[in-house]
Amino acid sequence: MAETDRIAEPWGTRTPYAPGEPWPVRVDRQLAEGLTEEDIDSWAQSATILHSNGDGLDIAVKDGRIVGVRGREIDRVNHGRLGPKDLFGWQANNAADRLARPLIRRGGELVATGWDTAMDAVAGRTAQLLEERGPSSIGFYTSGQLFLEEYYTLALIGHGGIGTNHMDGNTRLCTATAAEALKASFACDGQPGSYTDIDHADVIALYGHNMAETQTVLWSRILDRLAGPNPPKIICIDPRSTPVAQAATIHLAPKPGTNVPLMNALLHEIVANDCVDHDYVTRHTVGFDELTKQVHDWPVERAAEACDVSADDIREAARLVGRAERLVSTVLQGFYQSHQATAAAVQVNNVHLVRGMLGKPGCGVLQMNGQPSAQNTRECGADGDLPGFRNWSNEEHVKDLGRVWNIDHMQIPHYSQPTHLMNIMRYVEDGSIRFLYVSGTNPAVSLPELARVRQILSQDRLFLVVQDIFLSETAQLADVVLPAATWGEKTGTFTNADRTVHLSEKAVEPPGEARSDLEIFIDYAHRLGLTDKDDQPLVKWTDAEGAFEAWKECSAGRPCDYTGLSYDKLRGSGGIQWPVNDEHPDGTEHIYVDGEFWSDPSYCENYGRDLVTGASLEPTEYEAMNPHGKAVIKAAEYVPPHEQTSEGYPFILTTGRTIYHFHTRTKTGRAPQLERAAPEVWVEVASGDAREHGWTEGDLLRISTARGRVEAKLRIGGVRPGVVFLPFHYGYWDTACGYKPEADDGRAANELTITDWDPASKQPLFKNAAAKVERVSSGADATAVALENAGAVGGPQ
Amino acid sequence: MTKTALAIRELHRSENHLAGQLLRMSERNKANHEIFHLARDLARWSCEHVHELARVGHDYDLELDAEASHDPSIVAKMRQKGSELLGGHHDPGLLLLADLRKTHRMAAGVSLDWEILAQTAQALKDRGLLALSRRCHPQTLRQLRWANETLKENAPQIIATP
Repeated sequence: MAETDRIAEPWGTRTPYAPGEPWPVRVDRQLAEGLTEEDIDSWAQSATILHSNGDGLDIAVKDGRIVGVRGREIDRVNHGRLGPKDLFGWQANNAADRLARPLIRRGGELVATGWDTAMDAVAGRTAQLLEERGPSSIGFYTSGQLFLEEYYTLALIGHGGIGTNHMDGNTRLCTATAAEALKASFACDGQPGSYTDIDHADVIALYGHNMAETQTVLWSRILDRLAGPNPPKIICIDPRSTPVAQAATIHLAPKPGTNVPLMNALLHEIVANDCVDHDYVTRHTVGFDELTKQVHDWPVERAAEACDVSADDIREAARLVGRAERLVSTVLQGFYQSHQATAAAVQVNNVHLVRGMLGKPGCGVLQMNGQPSAQNTRECGADGDLPGFRNWSNEEHVKDLGRVWNIDHMQIPHYSQPTHLMNIMRYVEDGSIRFLYVSGTNPAVSLPELARVRQILSQDRLFLVVQDIFLSETAQLADVVLPAATWGEKTGTFTNADRTVHLSEKAVEPPGEARSDLEIFIDYAHRLGLTDKDDQPLVKWTDAEGAFEAWKECSAGRPCDYTGLSYDKLRGSGGIQWPVNDEHPDGTEHIYVDGEFWSDPSYCENYGRDLVTGASLEPTEYEAMNPHGKAVIKAAEYVPPHEQTSEGYPFILTTGRTIYHFHTRTKTGRAPQLERAAPEVWVEVASGDAREHGWTEGDLLRISTARGRVEAKLRIGGVRPGVVFLPFHYGYWDTACGYKPEADDGRAANELTITDWDPASKQPLFKNAAAKVERVSSGADATAVALENAGAVGGPQ
Repeated sequence: MTKTALAIRELHRSENHLAGQLLRMSERNKANHEIFHLARDLARWSCEHVHELARVGHDYDLELDAEASHDPSIVAKMRQKGSELLGGHHDPGLLLLADLRKTHRMAAGVSLDWEILAQTAQALKDRGLLALSRRCHPQTLRQLRWANETLKENAPQIIATP
């Protein structure tokens, strides 16, 4: 059988299917050069980790090393398929420069040391600060890439043991708005939709979601529907001409910063044309009148002008959405990392609420995630929220958590909303946080305004701990570096964006002395001597399965109920969707069936916020507004972006991903095929803008904002006029300096981004900065950056 | 001057002061990005209210400035610079609490002034004035809640951490 080049054809071959039919199986596999399946010693069950899709796979092992992957054909998510990052990314596990020993800073240099020395330093500094400055001098910043068991253990240590309010995950950068939008509309996190809704939909709307590059396997599912009989209509909302835009029936490319006007105009049309399910709205929602008032002010013409899109296109999109019988909507970073993120994402929920399209096949909202285990960061409380979607402003919920953890509930901070990442960084900056424990993430490349971030993380008064698998840019600034085991080297579970739980088994030993994040966290807790109210160790488990069993108890009766799951049940399965309990022993494909929500005042996770000011509703206000636990239709007014273009900075800079890389390239940059496919940063400029300035393909351009400068080679096209696009993956670990630009011009897009965030979700803005662009040198004699495969990807040329 | 005109003039004055306070607080907290941006967004509401009150004031023979008054940009820049210089220090956080307390107090005053105007409008059956206060007063209440919540959020770190 001829092998498909999955770099050139990232979505593989088509397996068309009709609405309501099962998606055909197609098993994708990739083994190391020269090996066949007969050579494999063993296979270990797992799922994909370089995006949020959660595709089931088996890891191939030979001679104690990972040598490949194969999609699991029985998995409900992917039916055997894998994307390019999964097919090649596993090679990073075997990279020669994996961290294999703890490092500690001595005389300004990081030197290898033993675990005891490293952990004594980490626990010692924590204990000293607790004594001298209290728990608010301690902060934790974790990931969307660890396992459930690790987040839950960390949440217990931070909230229950140390008692700090300063804990967040890098999910703040990717999925905080998904969580916040769900809390705003349904008073609780939890994905309403299911991937299987795609099998039934007649209209699929993708809001700021370049699914073709962020979730390739889910996009294959849509491509297979498009290739089959009675294909769905596709609506794409994106300022870039992505592969999704090219497959769309209607593509709306709004000016960055105008998602709310666009959504309000869509809702205006839906209301004006009376495409409203009035029965559903009356029985299952509150707030519809306020919405009609708000969208009344946004007729299509007004939005068309604000967004700079054609009024007819908005009308046509509204007609498709308004007449859909089975509507699926997905939302991602084009909304989440933009100005008024939550306000815009909530309007997508509103479309489904006013149309009564939730909780049945083909009718779902997917407020997507960016990372493989972001859902677990949120549900376990490693993003600062309380575990099990407990409500921090509901005293009974906090007491209940105290019961589960056998501690005095006063120990658990709940006097205000948890400190989000950007405020954690602010407290590190002002010196009130003196200890920051970073696990599985790389803020020195992924946060906005990097010059500021480097300054904050380099302070002498800060004790910085970095737990990672490579010496990342952030690790190079650390006082102690802890070498971690990763996927394939440890056991645990994780949950994807449609609530599917997968077990990921240990396939091989970690390199050198590296340990699982779970082992390291437990060791930290014991060295700190954290105990419960009976003077027993606070963390009562010693392995992943023990942590999972403890988590089941914590989740009991909550929306994310895991009590019906076990490692044994997951082993050999094709993924199971929570809640799983006595009532739903095989999992739950659709939540919110028949307009039943988790929004009762005594049960809900959150009372909601003002989408402009971010101020929380008081319990009494929420009870008065929504006494019967319905869904909340929340209207949003438009607020102009804080940073506007000017004569000096005439372009709008937006940042994003490529299909071949993940996060800050720490893994994908070490997989040769992926690295070759996208080796260098580039910048996209609309052809009209390039022509006007006399720039040609391959020219070296300098992009500047008030905060910094980046040099990148030009690719013409792919964005709307007036916008420039930079991929955000490229940092400095594989450059001479290692963690920062050598000269004034960097290559990390975040040298340029603004320190600003959505007031409701606290997600930073990566899609809206005023920039200027100038040519540094002509690319005429330089190597062309356009990749051979760019045409096949259909994206950046 | 009628007493209604007096009430409008007083509200115009208090909204104007609130706008100024929010903008000054924004500038004094350049290093505290959330306060910097949000105080500005919220000042815009007060500026719009000032504008609206000036418009309505015409019907009551009032000559009110439609633009909220604000300090010259050089003073504003100096405040921003000052905040950036102090950005690496924790103790100035106490000034933020004082600022939030003042904002809350002023917004509470504005809210009461809107209450007075709305009640008056109802007594006089003045639909225009009533509609105006129904449009603007909720935004004042949102400014008030924001000041309260921001104080709740920041106070523990500022006070409890040395």
